Order: sequence, then structure tokens, then C-alpha cells
Amino acid sequence: MGRFSLYNTNIDFLRWRQLAMIWSVTVLLIAVGSLLIRGMSLGLDFTGGTVIEVQYPQPVEIPKVRETLARAGFGDAQTQHFGTARDVLIRIPPREQGNAATLSNDVLHALQGAEGGAGATLARAEFVGPQVGQELVEQGGLAALGALAGILLYVMFRFEWRLAVGTIAATVHDVIFTVGWFSLFQIEFDLTVLAAVLAVIGYSVNDTVVVLDRIRENFRKRRKGSAMEIMNASINETLSRTIMTSVATLLSVIVLYFLGGVVMHGFSIAMIVGILVGTYSSIYIASATALYLGVSREDLLPRAKETADDRP
Amino acid sequence: MSTPYTLNQYPWWKYLLIGLVMLWGLIFALPNLFGEDPAVQISGARANIAIDAAFQNRVAALIDAEKLPHKRLELEEGRLLIRFPDTEVQLKAADILKDQLGRDYIVALNLASSAPGFLRAMGLNPMYLGLDLRGGVHFLMQVDMDATIKQIEDSYVDEVRVQLRTEKVQYSSVGRPASGGVQVEFKDAAERDKAAAVLRKNLPSLEQTALDPLGLKLSLREPEIKEKRDFALQQNITTLRNRVNELGVAEPIIQQQGSDRIVVQLPGVQDTARAKEILGATATLEFRLADEENDWNQAATTGRAPLNSRLYKDREGRPVLLQKRVMLTGDSIVDASSGIEQQNGSPAVYVTLDGKGAKRMEDATKDNIGKRMGVVFIENKTETKRVDGELKKTAYTVEEVINVAVIRDRLGRRFQITGLDSTREARDLALLLRAGALASPIEIIEERTVGPSAGKENIAQGFRAAAISLLVIAVFMTLRYKNFGLIATAALAANVVLLIAALSMLQATLTLPGIAGIVLTMGMAVDANVLIYERIREELRNGNSPQAAIHAGFDRAFDTILDSNLTTLIAAIMLFGFGTGPIKGFAVTLSIGILTSMFTAVTGSRALVNLIYGGRKLQKLTV
Repeated sequence: MGRFSLYNTNIDFLRWRQLAMIWSVTVLLIAVGSLLIRGMSLGLDFTGGTVIEVQYPQPVEIPKVRETLARAGFGDAQTQHFGTARDVLIRIPPREQGNAATLSNDVLHALQGAEGGAGATLARAEFVGPQVGQELVEQGGLAALGALAGILLYVMFRFEWRLAVGTIAATVHDVIFTVGWFSLFQIEFDLTVLAAVLAVIGYSVNDTVVVLDRIRENFRKRRKGSAMEIMNASINETLSRTIMTSVATLLSVIVLYFLGGVVMHGFSIAMIVGILVGTYSSIYIASATALYLGVSREDLLPRAKETADDRP
Repeated sequence: MSTPYTLNQYPWWKYLLIGLVMLWGLIFALPNLFGEDPAVQISGARANIAIDAAFQNRVAALIDAEKLPHKRLELEEGRLLIRFPDTEVQLKAADILKDQLGRDYIVALNLASSAPGFLRAMGLNPMYLGLDLRGGVHFLMQVDMDATIKQIEDSYVDEVRVQLRTEKVQYSSVGRPASGGVQVEFKDAAERDKAAAVLRKNLPSLEQTALDPLGLKLSLREPEIKEKRDFALQQNITTLRNRVNELGVAEPIIQQQGSDRIVVQLPGVQDTARAKEILGATATLEFRLADEENDWNQAATTGRAPLNSRLYKDREGRPVLLQKRVMLTGDSIVDASSGIEQQNGSPAVYVTLDGKGAKRMEDATKDNIGKRMGVVFIENKTETKRVDGELKKTAYTVEEVINVAVIRDRLGRRFQITGLDSTREARDLALLLRAGALASPIEIIEERTVGPSAGKENIAQGFRAAAISLLVIAVFMTLRYKNFGLIATAALAANVVLLIAALSMLQATLTLPGIAGIVLTMGMAVDANVLIYERIREELRNGNSPQAAIHAGFDRAFDTILDSNLTTLIAAIMLFGFGTGPIKGFAVTLSIGILTSMFTAVTGSRALVNLIYGGRKLQKLTV
């Protein structure tokens, strides 16, 4: 890798802030549009229903499995390979009648009874009743809102309000972008993905706070320069850190994507997307929003009385 | 700034403290190194079944007869553990033992830590693996509380009718309207006032509301509703616990979730169909008079019951002879609750019967005062077994005498059962009476099953991902920061050790998303080191001496590290508060990881830097 030079960079990031804003707004509109039109491909956790993962001792053809299921009265089941040709994933939408709780056993029984299915074993079965799914949606939404509110309070308490608003704008941007990505490409959104989105909130704020910390420090330290110049300098000074941390975290999540198994795919994708936009938004959304709101040196200087009191 | 020489030196106690923390981490993380043996655990189905050395020999002989390779047998308090080299032998052994030992013993599959005994004696255990990593079933069950309250209101309808009749109050109808409660209609206002007074006196727990024109509505008060709901939930938990015991699960979890739900986790259970059958069994009750003419023990030894009698066993396995004729069935019970008897303060169970039941009870008991009466608890179960390659469903019943008491008086609508040993026994009896008579409908609303091989695969993939990710980050950091990168890697490894130690100590459940949390923490934990090192580089570029740069780097980066970690912690705590199951596992590892990384990445790596670079003159520093 060698020693890539990220020092003494003097990139005029904020010069392109208008372009960045146009880009961000466009992307967000696409994301929101996709959410409204295409909606989310919600996973079993939220929709309710049954998912059964069956492992065969030998590769198995999907049409045959479908036929067996249709004969056993599961014509509404969706069947696909999962990971390898020996693994089959079967989804059955929520049912009004019948005992949903024993569905997984009936399906497995039917498959084992069919030709070539004698050695089929149950790898995983999940059944979520409709009332549980509804609750998980509510709780997930509450958790996301709670996390945003908690972080907003913390940032308001630690920073000046313009920077706090910038941070929240950046975080909301990242969440919409990540969720929009899942909607646009119709990737299944389940509980682990929700957990990843909350981790993205944490990561995005983390990343933004580092830049804001430096902006505050530089506003206090430097006498000269416009707000924009100081912000640009701060972004440049923290650039190598921003890139190092993003790459380190990205690396670990990419490893998770390739080695963590199919179950971790959604989680890893959400984190990868979130880390990338989180890095971008710390630079363009957070700082630019604060700049638009008219942050100035006076806003960030410690109030005279407080400094006097702080002295030992 | 003071002279650079004295900078970057920790007092000896700080090194000691860090050393002690790391020692603690290594000790607590140690049990995780040994892995787990597939094992079969045998315990007695009842308290009086001895699991002793003689029993151990019997089991050893059984296993040897089948030529099953096994590691060792361990006799622990009330249970026998047999370790096997692989799961195939384990499953075979469990089947054989189940067949040979019969229903007196609970044969359960278990994963036993192969950590040496002294570690376990010190209370050190490996991390507790969630069902997605060890395989097993998770059920979330919901108790139908509306049905429970309806049952209670129905019993009040009966009660109100009796009260009004005895007090000779004229009414036109008593019923339970769709909106709930009990509604009484009258022909004139005077009768209504009379009824209100009677009911206020005799059924003070009901709230009265006058309805136009001539109605009276009686409703349950909040505290009573809450009490009944709690009771219904507890009763279901007790019933489920009894049934799970029979399923043979080594470490089942049965606990309340929220106000009307029960979580049942059965690690290692593969046959979910059987689990559902057993958990979903229905129960009934029968009251029978005792056979006072024959010797119960004699009947037990000959195994033959006299004519007109049936031989039962009580919960301790002692023989009980009851008459064949059934006095009363559980359908007649409208309520059963435990309490303390007023006169002598002993624990008692209060039983209330419906009108028809009361009549039958009176007739049956009036000529039998001084004789004994037994209560039989009957569970109807189905069992699916593979017979000659075909799955066959067989129904069977388990009958057990849960109480034998002397009839002291002619029993009517309300009677009490006393002579119980403890309030706990009274409580259990009340729960069983209700379970047989008034079981609240219960429904599985969520199921998550992971097969044992899928669980193994999950854990292998998870750990491989974590290990590779640690390696990749180590290489990346070392390429960029040279020696300091190695220090960051050491801090990261220490972080993983502390995280595993904390999870082992708290016995928090490790899930697959939890492993994702560990991987993510690794990526984020290096952030603290990146912040510090970048700061040191900056200070060096600004012309500071190496020692001053190190000092300032750690010092100035700290505020930022604190800010960024606290914000992530807020998100993690929110996840913990709202998340369920596996997601909670993610929140737990993420939160603990943030806390431990603050320690290792700041204090730990500082100590290493001080040890290597501190206290001497540095001409040049490569970061």
C-alpha cells in the first residue's frame, strides 16, 4: 500500500457544496420515490409467515420441490436455492386458516415423503405470526427514532445547534439512502438489516462528530479565515483519519459479507452502503448544512463566563 | 509543557492495573478455548428418583452393552452426564437410554463444556450460545387473555344468579353482554336497588353501574383483572415447565415476556413436531373417592387393583387407590386459588364449582364425611414415532393424583383443601387444578428453529469471519502505521479477549448477529487508534518533539474518541431496549465492545507506547 499522502491536502471540498446538495437531494428523491412506489421487500420478521430451509444430501431441482409442495397443498409457497444447490429455501405467506405453527413440520414431512427427499433435514424454520410482525415493525421504528432523538440531544448538548442540525441532517440522509438502496434493489429487509441500519446511525454520527470536533477546535484556535475556509481546513485535516477508519470498518464488513454466510448478507450490504454514504455525508451534508445555517466563530467560542468558572 | 523526558511514563500501579484487567480477561475467556462435547444428561422425572453411583453403573453397563464409544460419565448433583465423541453416537445413545430407562428418567441432549473441572468449580463458563448457534427451537406463545377474562365473567354470571335467588330478589335476566362484564335486568327499580345492596355486600369486588332503564352492570375492577391475568400466565408457565421436563431438554428457558406472552427456548431439540405435540397437550381433572377398604401398598406390589377401584400414583410416585366411579370432572370448576386459611393460618386452596357441579358434589360427599377424596390430573398427549419407517401418531394419557384430602364436611359450591405442607404446594395445586379445568387457550405466535448442523455451520462461519477480519485489519494498520500499527493490533486482540471474557462472565447470549457485532466493533475500535496516530503525525509535522507529539496525540484525541463512542453507544442502547432475540445479542456485543475498546485502544495502547517509547530521548519517530 505504501505511504499514500493524505497530508497537507488542500482540497476545496465546500466549493462543490451546491453540486453535492443537488446530488444529495436527487438521490434522496430517488430513494423516497422508490420507497413510495416500489416499497420495501420486507422479510418474514415484519410480514409474518413461514420460512423453511431444507438441506438435501444431494443437489435438488427446484421445479421438483415445487411440484411436491403443490401436491401437498402448498401451492402458494415460493421456492429457491439458498447458498448451494443442496439447500432449498421455502417461503409460505401468512395463512388465515389452519394451524400455522405446525406448517413447517407438515412441509418437511411432505418433502421427506417425496422421491429423493428421504435424507432431507430441516436446517432452519421460522414462523412469525401476523401480530408479532406488526409489533416488530413498530418497535423497529421506535428504536430508530429513539436512537436519532438520543443522539440529537447529545450533540445539541455538546455542540452548537447549527452543528447539531447538520449532524442530524447527515444521519437522516444516510438512513434514507441505505433504506432506499434496499427498496431500489428489492433486497430483503429483515431484523438483522434493521440492526445494521441502527449501527449505521451510530457510525454516521461517529464519523460526523470527529469532523465537527475539529471544526469547533479550529474556530477557537484560528483568528483568521472565513467560516468556509476553516471548515475546509478541518475537513482536510481529518481526511486521512476519515479514510483510514472507513476503510478499516469497510474491510471488516466486507469480510463478513463473504465469510459470514448467507444469513449475514443483508446486514453486510446495509453496513457497506451505510459506511460509504456516512463518510460522504460527514463532509458534505453535516458541514455544508451548518454553513448554510450561518455558523460563525462567535457561535463556537466558549462563553466568557463559563471559561472563567472552568479555571481551577 | 514539561520536559519531554518525564512524559509518557505511567506510574507502576497503572501498568499493574492494566495487567490485572488483562489477566482477568484471559481467565474468564479461557473456558471458551476448550470447546464442547456432545453429551446426554439424565435426571429423575420426580424428586424421589435417585441418581447415584449405582445408577451410574447401570447406565455405564447399558452403554457398554451397545458398544457405544464414550468419553466419561460424570455424576453431579441430581444428574448424570455422559460425554460422547460425536453427535451421531450421542443421538444413538439418547434413543437407547430413553427406551431402556423408561418414563422415570428424563434423558436430554446437551452440549457440555469440555473445560477442565477446576475452571467450572471456579464458576468460569464459556459464552452462552444462542439457539441460532447451537441449534434448537424458540417458541413465543401468547395466552388468550380475553378468553381468560370471559371465563371469569361467565363464572360470575352463575354466582350472581345464585346470590339473587338466595336473597329472593326478582330479576328478569342475567347474562354476559358482548362488551364484557355481567349485566342484570330487572322488572322494577325497587328490586334493582335491593339487588345492588345484596351484591355490594356479597360480591364487593365487582364494580356496579346502573343502566337505563332497569339494568345493572357489574364489572371486574382493574386489580382483579390484573391478578387473574397474572395467574393465567403463571399457570401456563407452570404447565409448560412440567411438559418441557418430559421433553428432555438440558437447559430449557421458559419465561414471561410482556404481560401475556411466554418464551420457550429448547436448545438441542430437533424434533419440533414432537415438541409442539407435548407443549400443546390438553389436560382434564377428575375427582374420585378413595378406596378405603383395600391396602394401597399391597395393590401396588401386586400391581392389581381391586374390583371397582383403580390404581394411581401421586406426584412422588406413591400408590393411591381410588374408586372407579367419577364424582366430578374438571368442567365443573369455575375457580381455584391458593391462600391462607383464616382459622389456623395454614395454606389452603379454595375451589369454586358451578351450580350443577355443586349439586353433584353435595350428593357425593354428604354420606362420605371422614373419608378421603383424590384429584386426578389427566394429560392427553400424542406422540409421533417412526415405526418400520412410517411415521405413526399414537395418543396416550398420563394420569397422576395431585391431591388426596379427607372430606371434613358436606362440600358445596365453595370448599377448601387444607393440610398442605407449604404455600408453595398450595400454589402448585391451585395452578394444576386450573390447568385441568380452566386452561387459558394458548397459541404459538412465533417459532424459530435452527437445526444442529446449521447451528454449527453458523458458529464456524461467524468465528472464521471474525478471525479473518482481525487479520485483515492488523495487516492494514501495520502497513500504514508500522510499529504503532502493531500496537493497535495488540490493543484490538486485547479488546476481543476482554469482550469474550465479559460475555462469558455475564453469560449473555451470543447470537449470529452478536458475532456480527464483534466484527463491527473490531472495525470501529481501531478508529480510536487511528484518531490518536493521525494526531501524533500532525503534531510531529507541526514541529513537536516525538515525546511531546505522543503526549499531545493521546491527549487531544481523547475528547473526540469519547464523543464518537458515546453516540454509538446511544444507538446500541436503543437497539437493546427495543430489539428482541438475536438483535439483542447484536446490541449486547456492540455495547460491551464499545466499552472495552475505550479501555484497550486508549489506556491499553498508551501503556504499550509508554513502555516502548516512554522515558527516553527519541530523535525520530515513525508513525
